[in-house]
Amino acid sequence: MRTREPLGGHAPLRGSASTWSADPVFRALALACAASVLVVLAAMIVRTTVEAWPVFADQGLISFLTGDLWDPGQSRSEVTGTYGALPFLYGTLKSAAIGLMLALPLAIAVALFINEVAPRRLRGLLAYGVETLAMVPSVVYALVGLYFLRLEVWRPIGQAVADSPLGVLPMFSGPVTNSSYWAAGNVLAIMILPIMTAIIRETFAQTPREERMAAYAMGATPWEVMRRVILPRGVPGIVGGTMLGLGRALGETIAVAFLIGASQRMSSSIFFAGDSVTSLIYNTFQDARPEGVWALLAIGVTLFVITMIVNVIARLIIHQVGRTTGDASL
Amino acid sequence: MQLATAAARLRRDRAPRQAASPSRPAPTTTGHVFEVEDVSVRYGDFTAVRDVSLTIPRNEITALIGPSGCGKSTILRTLNRMNDLVDDASVQGTVRYNGEDIYAPDVDPVEVRRRIGMVFQKPNPFPKSIYDNVAFGPRLNGERDLDGLVEEALVRAALWDEVRTKLRSPALELSGGQQQRLCIARALATRPDVILMDEPASALDPIATHKIEDLMRSLRETCTVVVVTHNMQQASRVSDWTAFFSVDVDDEQGMRTGELVELDRTDAIFTEASDPRTEAYVTGRMG
Amino acid sequence: MAGVLGAAMVLAVAPLVVILWQVILNGGAAMSWEFLSSVESSPRDPGGYLHGIVGTLYMTGIAATLSIPIGILAATYLVEYGRSGRFANTVRFFTDVMTGVPSIFVGLAIYALLVVSGGAGLGFGTFVGAAALATIMLPIVVRSSEEMLNLVPADLRTASAGLGARRWQTTVKVVLPAAAPGLITGSMLAIARGAGETAPLVLTALGARQVVTAFQGTPQADIGLLMTDGFSQPFEPGIERAWAGGLTLIIVTLLLTITARFIAARRKV
Repeated sequence: MRTREPLGGHAPLRGSASTWSADPVFRALALACAASVLVVLAAMIVRTTVEAWPVFADQGLISFLTGDLWDPGQSRSEVTGTYGALPFLYGTLKSAAIGLMLALPLAIAVALFINEVAPRRLRGLLAYGVETLAMVPSVVYALVGLYFLRLEVWRPIGQAVADSPLGVLPMFSGPVTNSSYWAAGNVLAIMILPIMTAIIRETFAQTPREERMAAYAMGATPWEVMRRVILPRGVPGIVGGTMLGLGRALGETIAVAFLIGASQRMSSSIFFAGDSVTSLIYNTFQDARPEGVWALLAIGVTLFVITMIVNVIARLIIHQVGRTTGDASL
Repeated sequence: MQLATAAARLRRDRAPRQAASPSRPAPTTTGHVFEVEDVSVRYGDFTAVRDVSLTIPRNEITALIGPSGCGKSTILRTLNRMNDLVDDASVQGTVRYNGEDIYAPDVDPVEVRRRIGMVFQKPNPFPKSIYDNVAFGPRLNGERDLDGLVEEALVRAALWDEVRTKLRSPALELSGGQQQRLCIARALATRPDVILMDEPASALDPIATHKIEDLMRSLRETCTVVVVTHNMQQASRVSDWTAFFSVDVDDEQGMRTGELVELDRTDAIFTEASDPRTEAYVTGRMG
Repeated sequence: MAGVLGAAMVLAVAPLVVILWQVILNGGAAMSWEFLSSVESSPRDPGGYLHGIVGTLYMTGIAATLSIPIGILAATYLVEYGRSGRFANTVRFFTDVMTGVPSIFVGLAIYALLVVSGGAGLGFGTFVGAAALATIMLPIVVRSSEEMLNLVPADLRTASAGLGARRWQTTVKVVLPAAAPGLITGSMLAIARGAGETAPLVLTALGARQVVTAFQGTPQADIGLLMTDGFSQPFEPGIERAWAGGLTLIIVTLLLTITARFIAARRKV
């Protein structure tokens, strides 16, 4: 018999204790890390709600959400001010809606362009170009928006609309201020475009080949295929992408804070200045006394609940379509 | 040429066999590396293979052949407890490796796999250098003299001459046939006394296949080889012993369960098989 | 039709062009050695963003050290052990949800958890700022790492097991190294995101007027915070420096993203 000595010799097949315990330890470590995500999220929610509770309890949830006066008290120990979140919720939703309405058609069009029209070799480059928009920090958006875009682009467009026949409608009426729901909505549109485009593109790419081929075989033009096959099939993804974009728009802070104008008037015109939840927190935190901070926590929790609902619905819809890849950092 | 020198060197280096101690039986000196008794393998409710009993003789090549679904790969994987990695797999029966039941409750399957090398159908080298691929097993064992072991393994796998100047280059840059020989070298690096091969050449072209078959024959000197193959000509060319498996279809439930039909010397299987099913398969009438 | 879509494409890319143009134009003019090496005491006076650069690097560095290993290990659990079990799916779902949490809410939460005496009582400073950034980066790292680990072919794990490696050895010596380029890419994108975040730092780092090296307890400066200070006040020096700060952030984030994409592309070849 010619067998050589195996490495490790003829050690018993029974394992030794030290090597046997390494596996469970590693697994436990990895499990703990996975659980940490849940723990952190839970800790954030619990702590903020607990700290904010006195404000909700004192004001009552309804009047907190629908009141339009925000007058913080100075107390260190009890709730003495009046807190009505409506103007800020109004501004948050209004600017986000403007952003969505601008971004959605653009995202669909860009998704169709990249997937269907652009030459194959350029596809990656174009997609990358759109995604790069997501990599720009929001403080840079604020800066360029403040010093260039709102003065050279948004305000002129707003003024043109307000001066046109459309300006009769309350929504489009003047005066047109430099900072407004409109300005904030525009910057939000740019900021949410990447994630919406990414998800919609992914959805369009998943249109079953057979259906496309069948349509082409019946003599459909590319535009008809888009209209009758790709778009209808893409509706869940479009809805999901829209909701994700909405979630992102609701939560944006710096860019909105500097472009929305800090007015609590709740004007019906989109061209007038307003305020938002995130701007309020950003602008008033530093001077807020303990009571004021609780109120900011309360309005922050409110915003969190809204964005969480929007995001959960969005993710549920997208899960139906299939978990998208690569959108984690967008 | 290289191979003969290496084999001679190894015979010189052979360490004396260890004596038995009360806690551990001496390695068996019988002619059988594996003794499989009444082994059945189930995946959940599905019985993949049933009541297999066979022996694998030492320093010979045994081929497991049969139509698809007959359980030959499953049986191969019971020899090194690879079935354990499948979630709902369960193995009944006894598998003795050098006299020890490897399915005994206190046996560490990882230790089993360190003694027994395995090569798979599709070459699966790690995305590392050639050197790091071969050194992987020895490094797990805490070996230091890696250079010598890597060279020895590559020589035995008939790959040394082709890669000796580029040991640090990526393994994935090799051709398919070379990658498979690299996987064989990787398995040989820990000096196992058994190599299990699951259709090692089925993804390769004829020339590469030929090299693998030559390699199998040369390994016989120092190892026991068990190879699963769907290629009957290969089995008749290469192996000393052949085990033929067949599929038993349960008409009621539509379940296909594999079973061992017969195990005999290769020339017997291919010229005068005992069982009609074997004869039908090897003459091409079935499977 | 192609024309309309093409116009949309142009419209979509236009803001990026405008931003880059403006930032390079104005930021480039204001960029100087003084900007990178000195400290401004106020937007009115001459100076630079050194304290902000130090603060950003310091906080982002700590945040990366916290979130990247934990995130990769969490993803390892999801891919190697949890797979499609209920706990793993729950973690996946909430990780996705967490990527959408408003960053200012993260700031509020870390403030309530770590800064005030009702929580850990650490006060403002480098570490709590880093903690906020890490909370934002963690889900990003987990998601992208999970994707990368899933791309590692199953037969590598089988080969490793066949060679007698234990589960953790297969993960550490085969799977993680095989996924390494992708893991690095994901981590770099997360770092780019962390470096660019400003809102949560308003509530945790607070901002400073000199270089701060303390780990915790003293408010810390940040490029973004200095920028908002600078461009919201009508003083030329501060505004110019804000542009230079913007240029710095753009360069850093673009460098990180381009390098990350480059590593990812090379791997496919």
